Amino acid sequence: MSDVGFVIAGYGVILGGLAVYAALLLLRLARARQHRRSDDDGA
Amino acid sequence: MTTRILGVAALLAVIAAALFGLYGVPADLNQGDAQRIMYPHVASAWLAYLSFGVTALSGIGWLIRRDLRFDAVAVASAEIGVLFTALAIWGGMMWARPVWGVFWQWEDPRLTTTALLLALYLGYLLLRRLSDDPARRATRAAVVGLVAAVDIPIVHFSVIWWRGLHQPPTFLSPDKILNPSAPLPFVLALVGMLGAFTLAWTWLLIRRYQLARAELAREEAVRGGLVRRASAAKARPGAAANPGTTIGDDGGIPPPKAQAEATR
Repeated sequence: MSDVGFVIAGYGVILGGLAVYAALLLLRLARARQHRRSDDDGA
Repeated sequence: MTTRILGVAALLAVIAAALFGLYGVPADLNQGDAQRIMYPHVASAWLAYLSFGVTALSGIGWLIRRDLRFDAVAVASAEIGVLFTALAIWGGMMWARPVWGVFWQWEDPRLTTTALLLALYLGYLLLRRLSDDPARRATRAAVVGLVAAVDIPIVHFSVIWWRGLHQPPTFLSPDKILNPSAPLPFVLALVGMLGAFTLAWTWLLIRRYQLARAELAREEAVRGGLVRRASAAKARPGAAANPGTTIGDDGGIPPPKAQAEATR
């Protein structure tokens, strides 16, 4: 693999990893808030 | 609203810093294009240090003040720190293969202590899953977080204390930072990536903290519901208390495993 290939792999995984984590975090937060609301409604 | 603005600013800053690192900076004379990986690699490593430092300080905060908000900051920062450590290791490997000729070398103290740092904080996160009692969990995690933080200076100074493949620290002394020997575009790319990643880190920390607080609130609501049900069952004349909702010795609800054994 050329240097450019390693650069693409490096940036791709780092930036992609940050993006995936951020997206999953927002999803987890939305789910937690939804559960909390449904718990409140059920109480 | 402010957090959303911060999120958009962080996203734009990371994109701009990445484009500058990829296209705005010339290739290094010795390392060629591989040098471009240094910008996100160093920024990730810096944020890993910062994250675990925050986890340790929040642990101290919990141990002194007994306020679960400190524990929420600690777990948020630890999880983000694990992410940035893994990304720093990945970036380092992608840089090392073309420059050193190997992805990894266990004899190198910086690499090995960084891998240990990742393992320690993965252990920290796993440890948190062992207890359902928030106070007990926070105390155990705070102690482990403090012990694990000892590895942070070891990682940083390992390149000075021992010989290895890794170059000396990027940030060694204020004098070197103020009078860098590298050409200005390289310094700007590094500082820009550091700033952009720190913005992203701040946004992630706020969101992860909010998640930790929401999870804790839900956990407390579930525990409160179980306690109410247990009290109601005890108050019913002639009705035996449901063993599945027995209050633990410490006043808390026993963990699911203990509940399952009690119901057997």
